Amino acid sequence: MAKRDIPEINAGSMADIAFLLLIFFLVTTTMDIDAGIPRKLPPKQDKTQKPPDIKKKNAFIVNINKNGEILVSGGGIEGDGKYMTVEQLREEAKKFLDNGGGVGKDGKPCDYCEGKRLENSSVHPNRAVISIQSSRKTKHGVYVQVTNELVRAYNELREREAQKMYGESYESLKERAKKNPKNEMLKKKLESVKERFPMLLSEAEPAKIE
Amino acid sequence: MAKFNKKKNDMPAVNTASLPDIVFMLLFFFMVTTTMKDSDLKVKQVLPKATETKKLEQKKLVSYIYVGKVPGKKGDFIQLNDKLASTKEIKNFILDKRTKVTESELPRLTTSIKADVNTDVGTIYDIKKELREVDALKINYSATTVSRKK
Repeated sequence: MAKRDIPEINAGSMADIAFLLLIFFLVTTTMDIDAGIPRKLPPKQDKTQKPPDIKKKNAFIVNINKNGEILVSGGGIEGDGKYMTVEQLREEAKKFLDNGGGVGKDGKPCDYCEGKRLENSSVHPNRAVISIQSSRKTKHGVYVQVTNELVRAYNELREREAQKMYGESYESLKERAKKNPKNEMLKKKLESVKERFPMLLSEAEPAKIE
Repeated sequence: MAKFNKKKNDMPAVNTASLPDIVFMLLFFFMVTTTMKDSDLKVKQVLPKATETKKLEQKKLVSYIYVGKVPGKKGDFIQLNDKLASTKEIKNFILDKRTKVTESELPRLTTSIKADVNTDVGTIYDIKKELREVDALKINYSATTVSRKK
């Protein structure tokens, strides 16, 4: 008769095999998470349609030249314009958006603005437009940096409003609204914060000259 | 002290029977989280840095447009999928992507522009113009996330 008890399979090398696979995946794994600044493009327009008239004081025009120098003109800036660094840009943009020197689209003044209410700067956040202009030769890196600062200006103002209105940070409000898409209360809260500082950030066609 | 020594004279071998289990667990973790790069980059890229970034979730809904320089050649190049392409091909690239998702997912389609820091804005603008033509308005300037400095 054959042997009754089957000898146990040696599983000692199992660990080695698993290790080998593990190391393979460790090496090939790329943990980079794709992230970026979300933006929305304007829908395509007829050539005949005229761009809306915006008063000079309601437009904050950021002009980047091909050397990456930033010239800001329009709302709240004296004279023909002022050269700025990227760091200054954010503060100036916030001052401009938060100015609240007049009445908004609905005819009401901005009662939550904390700015200086200057005559020569924006009348209301819902009328204040920031426009980024550049030359075709401007570097994409600078362009993204400028966009980032301006988006950050909006985010910081919204953050302030979220704290004032609900005592909660804008980030956590966004996070919670995303996790509970069916919660109408949260959605309304988030919208009301966004509405106080609507993101009116336009990207103009780059100039061919220079 | 002597008492202790008497108690155990020879150390028993550590039981390694559960080692494969532990390693397998790690292995599965990496297998699940791994994302293999699906297209080889032909253009050279250094992404810009930004603080206000948002993570791109659901890779299925994202079309990538790579822009950058090709070593040894002048000018900016656009890469769609695996090969270099011209600006005119972007429209078809987007329309092609649309056929691959369900109707309810269509409004959530995003285009990620992965462009090198030294790309000209003009090139990016031409891409954006093409995207506007086909109503692909949700875009994302790909950037490396850095934390805010005060």
